[in-house]
Amino acid sequence: MSSPYYVRDRIDSFPTETIEGYGVRPGRSMPFGATLVPGGVNFSIYSGRATGMTLVLYRRGEEEPLAELPVPESFRIGGVWAMTVFGLDYEDLEYGYRVTGPNQPAIGDRFDPSKVISDPYAKNLGGRDVWGEEPDWTRQYSHRSRLAFDDFDWDGDVPLRIAPDDLVVYEAHLRGYTRHPNSGVTNPGTYAGLVEKIPYLKELGVNCVELLPVFEFDEWENSRVNEETGERLFNYWGYSQVGFFAPKAGFAATGPLGMQCDEFKNLVREMHRAGIEVMLDVVFNHTAEGNEFGPTISFRGLDNATYYMLTPDGYYYNFSGTGNSFNCNNPVVRDFILSCLRYWASEYHIDGFRFDLAAILGRDQNGAPLPNPPLLEALAYDPVLRDCKLVAEAWDAGGLYEVGSFPNYQRWSEWNGKYRDCVRKFLKGEVGQIGELATRVAGSPDLYKHRGCHASVNFVTCHDGFTLYDMVAYNGKHNEANGEHNNDGSNDNDSWNCGAEGPTGDAEVNRLRNRQMKNAFALLLNSRGIPMVLAGDEIARTQGGNNNAYCHDSELSWFDWAKVEENADLLRFVRNMISFRARHPVLRCPHHPYGSPPAGSPFPEISWHGTYPWAPDWSGDSRLLAFMWYGHGLADDGGDDILYVATNAHWDPHEVLPPTLPPGWSWELTADTAADSPNDFHPDGEGPSVGGPLTLGARSTLILTGRRTQ
Amino acid sequence: MNIHKRMAGSVCVISLDGKLDSHTTPAVHSAMVELLPAGGQVLLDFTKVACMSGDGLRTALVVYRQAQGLDSSVALVGLSDDLRNVLTATGYLDFFVVAETVADALATLQDEVAEELADEQPVLRA
Repeated sequence: MSSPYYVRDRIDSFPTETIEGYGVRPGRSMPFGATLVPGGVNFSIYSGRATGMTLVLYRRGEEEPLAELPVPESFRIGGVWAMTVFGLDYEDLEYGYRVTGPNQPAIGDRFDPSKVISDPYAKNLGGRDVWGEEPDWTRQYSHRSRLAFDDFDWDGDVPLRIAPDDLVVYEAHLRGYTRHPNSGVTNPGTYAGLVEKIPYLKELGVNCVELLPVFEFDEWENSRVNEETGERLFNYWGYSQVGFFAPKAGFAATGPLGMQCDEFKNLVREMHRAGIEVMLDVVFNHTAEGNEFGPTISFRGLDNATYYMLTPDGYYYNFSGTGNSFNCNNPVVRDFILSCLRYWASEYHIDGFRFDLAAILGRDQNGAPLPNPPLLEALAYDPVLRDCKLVAEAWDAGGLYEVGSFPNYQRWSEWNGKYRDCVRKFLKGEVGQIGELATRVAGSPDLYKHRGCHASVNFVTCHDGFTLYDMVAYNGKHNEANGEHNNDGSNDNDSWNCGAEGPTGDAEVNRLRNRQMKNAFALLLNSRGIPMVLAGDEIARTQGGNNNAYCHDSELSWFDWAKVEENADLLRFVRNMISFRARHPVLRCPHHPYGSPPAGSPFPEISWHGTYPWAPDWSGDSRLLAFMWYGHGLADDGGDDILYVATNAHWDPHEVLPPTLPPGWSWELTADTAADSPNDFHPDGEGPSVGGPLTLGARSTLILTGRRTQ
Repeated sequence: MNIHKRMAGSVCVISLDGKLDSHTTPAVHSAMVELLPAGGQVLLDFTKVACMSGDGLRTALVVYRQAQGLDSSVALVGLSDDLRNVLTATGYLDFFVVAETVADALATLQDEVAEELADEQPVLRA
């Protein structure tokens, strides 16, 4: 029988001395950050080379500090300054630090006690509470640390732990997904707004939403007005973090009340209830402080030489292309990153992380690539993160390209840029792609042979580059609206406009574009590896040919919900293809397909074909590939799971003859991208039986399913 | 902040009058814990609450969890549009019976009791 429950007073719940009128006592060094303790708040912060630390307290939103409390030297243990302060109005409180130390940039120190800096461990940050609301630029302290209530009521929620091979990832911008006036949600552009779109996601069939950065960032960073259009440009994508432990307040309908933590947690809980995981795009390769000309927000004034990779003369290495590089393999920084991810996994029930420019995470403190990077190893083996997906964007802006060779510990997956490039080249009709296409469809064993298919996150498009529609509607980028004279964004798009640049009234061109998009989905969803879909591609979202919409908070970048109706036939096709993938285990095996038949199987797990069965055309000018998936005993009923896919990037149709199936089996037509909707996809058991030669239309894909007839 | 308690049948009606923020929350919370019945349902009337902060909102959530431990339910009355939006956005609204007036809330709570009674299986005796 349990004893009556009551909160016991602790003997350390009382101050030992007074500073500036506040009762204080020596704090606890761990955990870092500001933590609610009985009667007060424990503040703990590390700086390796600071000579003095002052805690600066503010009433919420006020310019002048409420009090400045120098942390006594006797409260420091090692490099950690810790103090518990009693009697604070913790809900109305903002805090920061003045840090004293040498200002000698040549040896890496840039201490400046005239500035108040944010706590890197702040779990809630004020200052940008409402998206796009212009800040008061005269403020001395912009990004203001606040306390967070870590007492969300999860109501039994746990992370979903979906097997990686079963995932269908959907990459979305949190604000852009519901910001459009036609989204129909109560709170557009917010965590709560996304909750209202969960039924759409469920119907689409994706089971993992990967959110572009949601850690606090400053949408006003590098903000400017396009002189030609008059449009205000923002840091819309947010790949530049101000705080790593705090969710973006401007994404919350409740941001003005400081309840963004609860609102985001509710989003995760509701996603989980719908069977959808939440993956975060995290940006640890650099911070929003830029180079020596950038603002001092936190790390620069706290311990510049620890947190940044510095040249021998104290300048910033720039492997990120944004001014600085986070010193990820310094043990202190490594601990910071690990603590951060553990916090998101445990406190927010996040299911996985995608690491932006992750190659930087494998560099040493001088920028040299490490063979066994301690950070990547620590993340791979971390107890709290064990069930989280870890996905690397395995390159950086310093020229380090590690697709297929990212230090992985049998744990990391990668964005497979080679899959994207190959499928795009094939679709546009480029020759010399058939051999590589076969490899990519099979889960890229050339890159991931010993790591399993789920090491490959397959994608054709992502936020960075053309949308799928723009990939089939534009030959070149059209980034004029970015105000950089179309000089920004990649020039290597592997795109083809199908005969007209941009929007056209030519029905044939539009039909071809529609077909090309379906071809892309058909290949993506019939390949081994984890498929990733860019949000909006399923409804042919366009950015008007802009392949670098990082600065547009406008209809250019928002999800246009009117297209759900306008492009209902494409959406139907995509829903069906995702559902098809879910019903066919042979597409979701963790291992790469065997080249020879497994025991008892009449065929290899994957076999290659051309216009004739067993006769693939690997020649340099081939534009046609057919393949058969044969999953012996893999079907849900224990039978064989058999699929045939023939894809033709040639401008003429061809006849193809699928392989003859064992007695008692026949082929049923599932999909034909050359056919108009609804005949482009037939639900299970409703497709016509087919035999003999089939017409594979120009620039089209056919999918057949093996059906048992006896 | 003034707090009043009255019983309406088996429902404990607690009315708050004033501002509910981090200054007043500790006292309000202590008072409410003492006022909570050992059983039965709870109705929190916020009609006269001029302003409620996130911390104040948490008071209602704590009451909800305590009531849940007693297999009871909590009704909220007098939510402003802003507060209702906050409760919706954070997912907490579903925890509560929400009504426009005390009378509506009492009717809903009493319906719940009636349904529970109806669901009870007759005891069979051999």
